[in-house]
Amino acid sequence: METFDPTELPELLKLYYRRLFPYSQYYRWLNYGGVIKNYFQHREFSFTLKDDIYIRYQSFNNQSDLEKEMQKMNPYKIDIGAVYSHRPNQHNTVKLGAFQAQEKELVFDIDMTDYDDVRRCCSSADICPKCWTLMTMAIRIIDRALKEDFGFKHRLWVYSGRRGVHCWVCDESVRKLSSAVRSGIVEYLSLIKGGQDVKKKVHLSEKIHPFIRKSINIIKKYFEEYALVNQDILKNKESWDKILALVPETIHDELQQGFQKSQNSLQRWEHLKKVASRCQNNIKNDKYGPWLEWEIMLQYCFPRLDINVSKGINHLLKSPFSVHPKTGRISVPIDLQKVDQFDPFTVPTISFICRELDAISTNEEEKENEAESDVKHRTRDYKKTSLAPYVKVFEHFLENLDKSRKGELLKKSDLQKDF
Amino acid sequence: MEFSKRKWRMLRLAGDQRNASYPHCLQFYLQPPSENISLIEFENLAIDRVKLLKSVENLGVSYVKGTEQYQSKLESELRKLKFSYRENLEDEYEPRRRDHISHFILRLAYCQSEELRRWFIQQEMDLLRFRFSILPKDKIQDFLKDSQLQFEAISDEEKTLREQEIIASSPNFSGSKLVLESIYKIPFADALDLFRGRKVYLEDGFAYVPLKDIVAIILNEFRAKLSKALALTARSLPAVQSDERLQPLLNHLSHSYTGQDYSTQGNVGKISLDQIDLLSTKSFPPCMRQLHKALRENHHLRHGGRMQYGLFLKGIGLTLEQALQFWKQEFIKGKMDPDKFDKGYSYNIRHSFGKEGKRTDYTPFSCLKIILSNPPSQGDYHGCPFRHSDPELLKQKLQSYKISPGGISQILDLAKGTHYQVACQKYFEMIHNVDDCGFSLNHPNQFFCESQRILNGGKDIKKEPIQPETPQPKPSIQKTKDASSALASLNSSLEMDMEGLEDYFSEDS
Repeated sequence: METFDPTELPELLKLYYRRLFPYSQYYRWLNYGGVIKNYFQHREFSFTLKDDIYIRYQSFNNQSDLEKEMQKMNPYKIDIGAVYSHRPNQHNTVKLGAFQAQEKELVFDIDMTDYDDVRRCCSSADICPKCWTLMTMAIRIIDRALKEDFGFKHRLWVYSGRRGVHCWVCDESVRKLSSAVRSGIVEYLSLIKGGQDVKKKVHLSEKIHPFIRKSINIIKKYFEEYALVNQDILKNKESWDKILALVPETIHDELQQGFQKSQNSLQRWEHLKKVASRCQNNIKNDKYGPWLEWEIMLQYCFPRLDINVSKGINHLLKSPFSVHPKTGRISVPIDLQKVDQFDPFTVPTISFICRELDAISTNEEEKENEAESDVKHRTRDYKKTSLAPYVKVFEHFLENLDKSRKGELLKKSDLQKDF
Repeated sequence: MEFSKRKWRMLRLAGDQRNASYPHCLQFYLQPPSENISLIEFENLAIDRVKLLKSVENLGVSYVKGTEQYQSKLESELRKLKFSYRENLEDEYEPRRRDHISHFILRLAYCQSEELRRWFIQQEMDLLRFRFSILPKDKIQDFLKDSQLQFEAISDEEKTLREQEIIASSPNFSGSKLVLESIYKIPFADALDLFRGRKVYLEDGFAYVPLKDIVAIILNEFRAKLSKALALTARSLPAVQSDERLQPLLNHLSHSYTGQDYSTQGNVGKISLDQIDLLSTKSFPPCMRQLHKALRENHHLRHGGRMQYGLFLKGIGLTLEQALQFWKQEFIKGKMDPDKFDKGYSYNIRHSFGKEGKRTDYTPFSCLKIILSNPPSQGDYHGCPFRHSDPELLKQKLQSYKISPGGISQILDLAKGTHYQVACQKYFEMIHNVDDCGFSLNHPNQFFCESQRILNGGKDIKKEPIQPETPQPKPSIQKTKDASSALASLNSSLEMDMEGLEDYFSEDS
């Protein structure tokens, strides 16, 4: 993948918004079958333009209106907000207090920087294949809970374009959830407590809730390769001192002796497991066993969520298929069936797909009828680029939404005996 | 409820209809009553329910909710005031009807301010919690269904399938109990307080909630509904208040303190000023003891202290003349100019005795009033030491009062658990050397009376509760020294005359 040059953005975006952005699928999503009147028209979008100009309360009448505006403004970034009581672009004409955010998808934002205290390979905005596994584990753990515990059916996971992932939960009932319930959901999904000044961030009680147990089981599948090999969390004294800070002092000596004798992190971890299972836990009653081990695994691997992103109904989040202005990468949907294989470094950049498009156009028969509409062009254009598989994932997601909607309508009409 | 200007008549429901209208001994008050009642009954019901809710409040502060003492005392209150509480008793229609109508009447009185609403909701919730706790298990499902709550108990098979998960999710469970316990399946969003802390098992969007936790959810539902209803009621209040028959009653209801007020001067003049120092150590509750000590030491008290202590002294029998002398003597020692005292402070003292201004005879503050309002700040000595004193300071005070270390730690525990009046009762027991003080404390003057009663061998009783003329319900349930007997006495002496209403409610000053 060629390097991306941010100065090319204005030109690239022009092409992207004219020929590649999947408007019809995008509209299909946010219109939600047109079941509720004005649902799309009352949706807030925000644009970040060139030179960091930020404009809120954008709203559009329909797909064609959306396209025209996006092509006209050429936004560097697009955010999606809530569905309001009135058209956001007319919010100034509404009586004070009457303009209210009413519905929005439940969203999650998982950011690699929140793991800086437990990853050695990178820090802040950087990511690499060694630490990306954190995102893989996060997706698996959170998605399982959203699906199996909460019964949420329509979950769209999206690569943020640089260092994290987002999740959009789009079930009809979920879009109506209050801020309090959203906060509660994040709390349910949280295990890591404490900031920089707290050493030990995970404390398990004697009883392990099924959510925690199932999460640990997921982490177990990745732990050896991720933590003991790639991150090498017991590589040397500097790294194992961090782990010693998480276990009672009474076993420090024994652990250190064993660590010094061992050759690698795998051996040291085995030693730690043995010693920890004999040691009394922090809890007052004498519970032995793997609690200490689990607490360490969780601190190094469990997802870290930003509650502020999820709890506010009016919170604005980066749109799928938006471009990341710094990396050039497209925010593409992630195929849950292949989450282990997802590689952020193979996600196409805007320059890449634009070049692909150019190459194809010159190769195509120039005899093509020039009168053929732009739309027809466009609906085939993205398919010829590396964007195609990602749009397919998105379409699969949309099909499920459609199916659900049809099912609901059938149920309702059955109830009303409306044949 | 419709308030028309025409005269009202009594409507009686026939036999079967009666039982159908109130299928349970408790309810969520979803439907307002639709019958007509007389003004007299309107007032009676309202007053009775205020008494009930005040008892609920008192008991909740004096005892740990849910304990046997709390439960049995609350039950006897309900029985005495003839409100419903228990299933399967005979002739349940009337108590349930009273319960229903009185609740809706009180909504009118208590929707008027944030503070009133909060109080009303709190007591109604405690009442509901109690009634629910004594509901037999087989009646629970019916009640939930009739109350339009989507809570279904799951079958035994469903339980077994999820047994491990449910046990691992609930903080209170151990394996064997699950078989007997009812588990309810409810939409997860209805169990917010449970799932946010991972205290319940979630599966496919449903929370599997054990019976014990369902209560908390039901109460939350109730609170939410009642809160909304009160907001709505407040909007239609102007129409109600314009009805002159109702306005005085509704205004009085929320201000009434329906316990004994210790304002009647049955023992006036029996105390001399030189007895006060000794009495303060022997018979004063700690709040007044500390005020007296501060007054003696500083020769001054600020306004809050003067009110609280001054009215207490009036309650134990000081005359106006004695009070004037008492305060003046002390303030002069603090180098106050006698003229300044006469100009500034003596007016206030006469005012509190009802000899100035609107001539209301102010009543001494009850424990609740002291605990809940006007907290002391730096330089103040009023308030309730168990509530307002720093624990360390409280400990020192108790040590200086020569309470044994064991007693002190018990008292501190009770204070820490917000059982301020029980802590004070414990203090009473310690300084009088008795195992059981024999009363439910809710008024500092009550403390004084009970103390004098013990110290004087029961002869010189400074305060007699007004003896009721109507026969009491089964005496085995009530202790005669109980403050609740004072409530019953008020009930019997009430005449249903709108103009005379002020006499039956002593205003908290």
